[in-house]
Amino acid sequence: MNFLKSEKNREYLWQVLFTLSIIAFFTFILRNTQSALDKQGIASGFSFLSQEAGFEIGESIIDFFSDDTYQLALLSGFLNTVKVAFIGNILALALGFIVGVTSLSDNYLVAKLSKFYVESIRNIPLILQLFFWYSIFTEVFPSVRSALNPIGGVYLSNRGLYLVSFSDHWFFNILPLIGILSVVAFFFFKKRSIKSLERTGVARKIFLPTLLFFILVSFALWLVAGLPRELSWPTLAGFNFEGGVHLSPEFSSLLIGLVLYTSAFNAEIVRAGILSVDHGQWEAASSLGLNKNQTLSLIVIPQALRVAIPPLISQVLNLTKNSSLAVAIGYPDFVSVANTSLNITGQAVELVLLIMLVYLSISLSTSLVMNIYNRSVTLKER
Amino acid sequence: MNQVIEIKNLSKWFDDFQVLKDINLNVKKGEKIVICGPSGSGKSTLIRCVNRLEVHQEGSVRVNGIELTDNVEVIESTRKVVGMVFQHFNLFPHLTILENLTLAPMWAKKLNKNEALEIANKYLDIVQIADQAHKYPGQLSGGQKQRVAIARSLCLKPEIMLFDEPTSALDPEMVKEVLDVMTKLAEEGMTMICVTHEMGFAKQVADRMVFMDEGKIVEESSPEEFFNNPKSERTKKFLNQILH
Repeated sequence: MNFLKSEKNREYLWQVLFTLSIIAFFTFILRNTQSALDKQGIASGFSFLSQEAGFEIGESIIDFFSDDTYQLALLSGFLNTVKVAFIGNILALALGFIVGVTSLSDNYLVAKLSKFYVESIRNIPLILQLFFWYSIFTEVFPSVRSALNPIGGVYLSNRGLYLVSFSDHWFFNILPLIGILSVVAFFFFKKRSIKSLERTGVARKIFLPTLLFFILVSFALWLVAGLPRELSWPTLAGFNFEGGVHLSPEFSSLLIGLVLYTSAFNAEIVRAGILSVDHGQWEAASSLGLNKNQTLSLIVIPQALRVAIPPLISQVLNLTKNSSLAVAIGYPDFVSVANTSLNITGQAVELVLLIMLVYLSISLSTSLVMNIYNRSVTLKER
Repeated sequence: MNQVIEIKNLSKWFDDFQVLKDINLNVKKGEKIVICGPSGSGKSTLIRCVNRLEVHQEGSVRVNGIELTDNVEVIESTRKVVGMVFQHFNLFPHLTILENLTLAPMWAKKLNKNEALEIANKYLDIVQIADQAHKYPGQLSGGQKQRVAIARSLCLKPEIMLFDEPTSALDPEMVKEVLDVMTKLAEEGMTMICVTHEMGFAKQVADRMVFMDEGKIVEESSPEEFFNNPKSERTKKFLNQILH
């Protein structure tokens, strides 16, 4: 029995046994489910996806009508999830960053306010907060006809938030694209600057050319487009507003709830990150004549973020997964649409599997991107 | 009246504990002072009061005739003429060596990047570390890091340099390269206050020795007198211990 005396062989043996037992377990479950489904006469498989859904979806980025397929319904729900998660994470990170930094402020009032914000928000269950914000929209805000108009172009009512926007001209529609191109240009200029620094010892400017690039390209296209400058104003038409950008009460309250809740956790992570920076760094920076703000922005925060990024990745994933609470206030996210489909078709196994797959792939791709970023900012030690 | 540092009746407390007790010390332009004493005697705290990393409670500290108060502008302008080197280097680990050096000239002195780079490259040459300019602090040895830290302070063209046990965190074989840089700096006429236990360096460079114990200056004399004929018993005991 010399074979079992080797540490390595023992480890292999355990792993083989473990894998076999897992396979056995799942085979058992699958066969059990299959026979139960057969008894109830429910057909398994994903063929139902191409059938007509027969239900409406409250809001959708793509056009969706009740005679479209389940496939399209699920895609619409998926896009709604991505929309709220994407905007929500950007806002939650920004707000968390601000609150985290201010909670360490020398100003007693500001610091205490930040702490109060964090403690009160993170200690109330998210679902209660969602109900709270939703009830503000539906119960507190007035009807469309007497909508609140705090500043020009902003209308608040129980139908949600209406904002003035650019008109539906192709020039305004490609503006985000120019923004993305500018980001690419930024990295190009940065690379050029580093190369030039290594070769000649003189760094070339990065921000100015990027800004120039954005302004020049936008301006050129603006000229080509024939100087469009119309705005689309929300105007009262019948029982609702027309024009502008519309954020539904469901989307708004979900967004506000998720952003506030997650930002409290993000703030604590940022705060911990700042506190983790060695006190000697503050001393060295101030002994060089840098003022407090310069020390914070040039020395402390860049180092604090390196510590904060891995736990912040978790919070990004948390917000994304928590967005499935949308089902409680009627925002048609992926889980909500899948739930409705499940109720109609009874294809529980397939739909739950789809939900798991979708969240797994969102989470894995998010952490992939964030980990690549994390690696790019890690300190060089060797 | 060419005293660049005047410390008068300086007292400082950490909560109830008095770390500095009625300290009086004047430093002339170009003078090199070496402060030594047992650990906890307040030497580091004393020099940290000179660029106000520590706030004192009683007495006064004047640098170039200007008294240090909680006036932020005075503190910041003082720090630009008083360079400091720390025991643990405190380089900025997220910046390259070159960026460590150009940071303060660019942001505190508002020089443009090319001017800052010119100064930085000059001092990197002086501390003989120019070939490492694009590396990060984590990639250097302790001695190299401390030389970079000295160069970083020099980039602000300070009139006074404070050294807070600059060689205490170094491996023995790296002490010399740092002391060589400090000696060179002393020969060029820099005003220096060094907290150090490198007695060889002290004998060679110091104009005056200051021995501190329990928050007080116990003895202040020329190096010859300090090493050959110390007055107080406490100094004799201390010297016996560190010179073996």
